Amino acid sequence: MASVFTAPPLADNGPGYSFKQTPTTHISADGTRQHSFYPYTDNGGSTLGISGADFTILAGDTRSTSGYNINSRYVPKLFKIGGEGPEHTGSSIVLSVVGFAADGDALKERLDTVVKMYKYQHGKNMSVAACAQRLSHILYNKRFFPYYVHAILGGLDEEGKGALYSYDPVGSYEREQCRAAGAAASLIMPFLDNQVNYKNQYIPASGYGHDLQPRKAELLPRNTVEELVRDAFDSAVERHIEVGDGLQMMIITKDGIEEVYSPLKKD
Amino acid sequence: MPGFDFSNHNRNAALHAQGVPLPKATSTGTTIVGCLFDGGVVIAADTRATSGPIVADKNCEKLHYIAPQIWCAGAGTAADTEFTTALISSNLELHSLSTGRKPRVVTCMTLLKQHLFRYQGYIGAYLVVAGVDPTGSHLFTVHAHGSTDKLPYVTMGSGSLAAMSVFESSWKTGIDRDAAVKLCAEAIMAGIFNDLGSGSNVDVCVITADKTTLLRNYIKPNEREKKKRNYKFARGTTAVLNEKIITREQISKYITVHELEDETVTAAAEKMDVDT
Amino acid sequence: MVGKDCVAIACDLRLGLQALTVSNNFPKIFSYGDVYLGLTGLATDVSTVADLFRYKVNMYRLREERQISPQTMANLVSSSLYERRFGPYFVSPVIAGINHTTGKPFICGFDSIGCIDFAKDFIVSGTASDQLFGTCEGLWEPDLGPEDLFETVSQALLNAVDRDALSGWGAHVYIIEKDKVTKRLLKGRQD
Repeated sequence: MASVFTAPPLADNGPGYSFKQTPTTHISADGTRQHSFYPYTDNGGSTLGISGADFTILAGDTRSTSGYNINSRYVPKLFKIGGEGPEHTGSSIVLSVVGFAADGDALKERLDTVVKMYKYQHGKNMSVAACAQRLSHILYNKRFFPYYVHAILGGLDEEGKGALYSYDPVGSYEREQCRAAGAAASLIMPFLDNQVNYKNQYIPASGYGHDLQPRKAELLPRNTVEELVRDAFDSAVERHIEVGDGLQMMIITKDGIEEVYSPLKKD
Repeated sequence: MPGFDFSNHNRNAALHAQGVPLPKATSTGTTIVGCLFDGGVVIAADTRATSGPIVADKNCEKLHYIAPQIWCAGAGTAADTEFTTALISSNLELHSLSTGRKPRVVTCMTLLKQHLFRYQGYIGAYLVVAGVDPTGSHLFTVHAHGSTDKLPYVTMGSGSLAAMSVFESSWKTGIDRDAAVKLCAEAIMAGIFNDLGSGSNVDVCVITADKTTLLRNYIKPNEREKKKRNYKFARGTTAVLNEKIITREQISKYITVHELEDETVTAAAEKMDVDT
Repeated sequence: MVGKDCVAIACDLRLGLQALTVSNNFPKIFSYGDVYLGLTGLATDVSTVADLFRYKVNMYRLREERQISPQTMANLVSSSLYERRFGPYFVSPVIAGINHTTGKPFICGFDSIGCIDFAKDFIVSGTASDQLFGTCEGLWEPDLGPEDLFETVSQALLNAVDRDALSGWGAHVYIIEKDKVTKRLLKGRQD
């Protein structure tokens, strides 16, 4: 008898936040059967992007999960777009995707192809603004069977300033200063509001009560942003079970894309 | 047994039907293990408590005291493991006082299973019971529905498979104390690193005929790295609209300090009329 | 949130029915002598539980002729909530205070059925708990003095509630020290 109940706690219906994957058969009262399966999985993880005066940083953890299991400790969420060969030489746009990893992969392949085709047809590189709008169209094209991802696109605009675009799964997008996405987005985003845009911060002794002057946001230098990203992820790893293992960072400057990997906690 | 109060149950069911989400209980995702050795028994646990995918407590205690020589590792609903073990600990103490003998592990296990069976699995406590009594050293598992097992090495919780893989590949008959402690710690570490529901540190409890040793945070493999930046704010960064200082004399004078609308009628509180 | 020889407890002021804001002055922190209790969740239960503990703490004080300590209060809250294991109050309480026997700061939190979370850094609760975990984990550091702790706890709360549609509308912050308590009303977004 004991063996009937030796399943670990919660195993029968999973942790409750992951998607149901097993095919089901529903038999209704009149005897008709309806077969169904849910085509999406949540692979967890988190991404984050911050743009500066002459650079954009994108970062993502490298853990891939399903339920309480770790699929892999190194599955990158950051992809160079439009580069040549296996090393993506000459690329200056980075796409980060978090959510359903398979859709993320497919989306990256689509966008990569599009950006390459643009270059071959027009003999020049696609601008980030154009690439951003194209990505929006790709996502909206699948409005009723969406890519289950939260995408962030980073690069440099035509003036050489950092450019960052964030998307919802069906293509609504916006250019922003900073954005966190994925499982730990709700943990990271308010921290970024405070530390990047100085939200809720005032200049001490600049007035009384309602006259106090708010602290103006300025564009942060590169090493400050790198430190903020690292601290944001260290915090997310502490409190979110799906974030961890490794931190992949891509820094886009006029000289190209620099890639940095550093380990995160593995528990 | 003093029972539970169900008076909110119908109200809550009605609220839930109207779309109010049910509150999330803290669950100890958990890896817990136990292992017998020559002359005693050892149990171990990780220290992560979760609420959905969020870590609620990074260093909680999952090894519960039952009697000086009987300890319990708990998985499942955190509140249930805490209160079920406390209740059985109390009953066992009374039993031991009335019989004048040391409590036995089987007695503890039986009390637990009878209590849990009565509640048909609704009390979500999954336990590893271990201890040494005059009849020898014992190791049991008790499930929320009331079934029990008696084995030389056991694992439970969401990390039980990861932990069991360590036992199945490394356990040998007749291992000594140090080897058993090491094996249990290894099993918990397997849970910590391979199961998302488990994490942080390793707690170990070793029980032998003459003493019990609780090794709290026996291994700490997951210390947070030092922050890269300093996040202290300049004083005056936050906008304050109003400030009031209450001194300790004021607090101790009245049972509760209430701000009254009119500053002149503070004397009313001296009548200990605390209702507003 | 714990500091050096001080603790802080803070709450927002919104009372809402799902997306509809009903009141913008609904404090969720209640004082019981030396102990402060924060309650989030269903508003009717917040009031009921606050009054229930006022009764229980007053009875304790009359019987024992002393103030309740934060630790005792924690166990009182825990067992009172667990009594309703199968019909819980929809609240997740937070306790903050200084134990006047030991002089040490104490905080703890609970789930709705009374499981205690003893933490030595910070406790969060409510609809913005995910956001609060993020800001507190990022901003908190050990041994902050009362003034610095006030800034840190206030910034952690304000930025967290601004990212939660169901929280906000100003905040109350209590900084509890050995011999005094400072209560401040914060300026926050009114949307």
